[in-house]
Amino acid sequence: MEITQQDVEKVAQLARLAVSAAEKETFAKQLTQILGHVDTLSRYDTAGIEPTATVMGHVNVFREDLVRPSLSSEQALANAPEREVDGFVVPKILEER
Amino acid sequence: MSLHKLTLCELQKQFQAGEVTATEIVRAYFLRIGHVEPKVKAFVTQAKESAFMEAEVLDLKLKGWRKTQPLTGMPLAIKDNICTDGIATTCSSRMLQNFVPPYDATVIAKLRAQEYILLGKTNLDEFAMGSSTENSAFGPSRNPWNLHCVPGGSSGGSAAAVAAEECVAALGSDTGGSIRQPAAFCGVVGLKPTYGRVSRYGLVAFASSLDQIGPITRDVSDSAFLLQAIAGHDPMDSTSVDRPVPDYMKALQKRDLKTVKVGVPVEFFAEGLDPDVEQSVRAAIGELKQLGAEIKEIRLPRTDAAVAVYYVIATAEASSNLARFDGVKFGFRAKETKDLLDLYMKSRQEGFGPEVKRRIMLGTYVLSAGYYDAYYGKAQAVRTLVCQDFDAAFKEVDLIVTPATPTPAFKLGEKSEDPLQMYLSDIFTISVNLAGLPAIALPCGFGKEGLPIGLQLIGRAFEEETILRAAHAYEQSTQWHLKKPTIR
Repeated sequence: MEITQQDVEKVAQLARLAVSAAEKETFAKQLTQILGHVDTLSRYDTAGIEPTATVMGHVNVFREDLVRPSLSSEQALANAPEREVDGFVVPKILEER
Repeated sequence: MSLHKLTLCELQKQFQAGEVTATEIVRAYFLRIGHVEPKVKAFVTQAKESAFMEAEVLDLKLKGWRKTQPLTGMPLAIKDNICTDGIATTCSSRMLQNFVPPYDATVIAKLRAQEYILLGKTNLDEFAMGSSTENSAFGPSRNPWNLHCVPGGSSGGSAAAVAAEECVAALGSDTGGSIRQPAAFCGVVGLKPTYGRVSRYGLVAFASSLDQIGPITRDVSDSAFLLQAIAGHDPMDSTSVDRPVPDYMKALQKRDLKTVKVGVPVEFFAEGLDPDVEQSVRAAIGELKQLGAEIKEIRLPRTDAAVAVYYVIATAEASSNLARFDGVKFGFRAKETKDLLDLYMKSRQEGFGPEVKRRIMLGTYVLSAGYYDAYYGKAQAVRTLVCQDFDAAFKEVDLIVTPATPTPAFKLGEKSEDPLQMYLSDIFTISVNLAGLPAIALPCGFGKEGLPIGLQLIGRAFEEETILRAAHAYEQSTQWHLKKPTIR
């Protein structure tokens, strides 16, 4: 299956990844090639075969809901690219009316 | 003998006997690092200051009261995608270049409880995505056996550091061969434990259903020794398995392989296998037979599907795992962005390198509406078939022997322009991750150009003892692990 530059643009938008014109061209070519290899899986008949998401089986793991020590807000903020007192700074999300 | 030449078990014995101090060990290693690191480039970060400080504290403490842990004073290197409290953990990515974790990964907490000494954090392909360390944002590491060759990847820095004797042992992580392939390329021992045997808490997630942390060491005893320290259930990782950890060193005591049935899968000896590799691995199989193993030809018919299945599943999981890197709470943030969406898109564009972007794109594509069933669903179903192949084989044999890689180490730049060729170089290691099995790579010879060749032994889930025992018996009857590179 041929991946077009339009496909790349759409997927990049879904992945929240800005791509340059050059990247669009390269990714279109490379993804076409890689998915071409992936298409060889159609040789395998998988009718009625259960998919494997994890090899350990689907077991729910429960634990007691206990209060435990956790990161202080200072520790949690230490790696913030931009901060203000006790919070992360991000561009404005809501429009003013 | 110089301290840096000793294995972990040897150094441990000397230290425990009080024949050498922690400070002497650390000094010897930083001397060695100063000497070879400019050529090998195994480290992203060297923890020289903290290492000397920890060593000094240990020596003072031990003066009064000599109570030690198995790893007390042992100088290790850690792959830079495993979180170390207070020491930068970059994943060799611009995205995390300045990230200093506020907590330790569980494996690090365990090593710390045993008073190990961290020498530094080792280079990798960005976010562990690659087979050569060429995808590191900070430049590739070199193969100590030939500086023009790659050390393999993604744990290439750890394998190179062990081979170049810049640390006594190291930790790596393995998602599709990232411990075993670099171990094979660098002539050292790399063990990928069973999925769930070692906690993944604090390992920066790449593909959560495949990732596993494991030791990279100079010989098989060291591998068993280090696995002992990191294995076990962890409430912080819901996929870690709650079952007892056996005594791995004890498993090494049996020196023969009588009653062990070893399977040789015909699919791994097909076209594309380097003749030197084939010859060495065939000779190793002969050696296993000499040791008493019963050799049996087996089939793993879905082997050729593994790479395709892997690059759908691993990229799908990666695309969701890496969604957290959005430039908000930690990591790289692009400057001068006009709104929140723009901040996400540009921070990710500028923070991630080409291979990571390629995999995020591929993973997002195979999970997107309209393609999910055709790609992701299909790959998960074929994954079941790959697992069934192993289940059937392990009804007949106790372990499976294969080459670890189709060729010895390739040259820097040889495959970096062709992602699919790079992906196909992992063909012998990938299916093991899909099935969650334990496997070990160890040296079994050298090619014509003097580069190491690796043997892979694959075991049943949670039967690390069997592969360690067989690897150890083989190692004891050969000399490959004693050969060291001349770094020039």
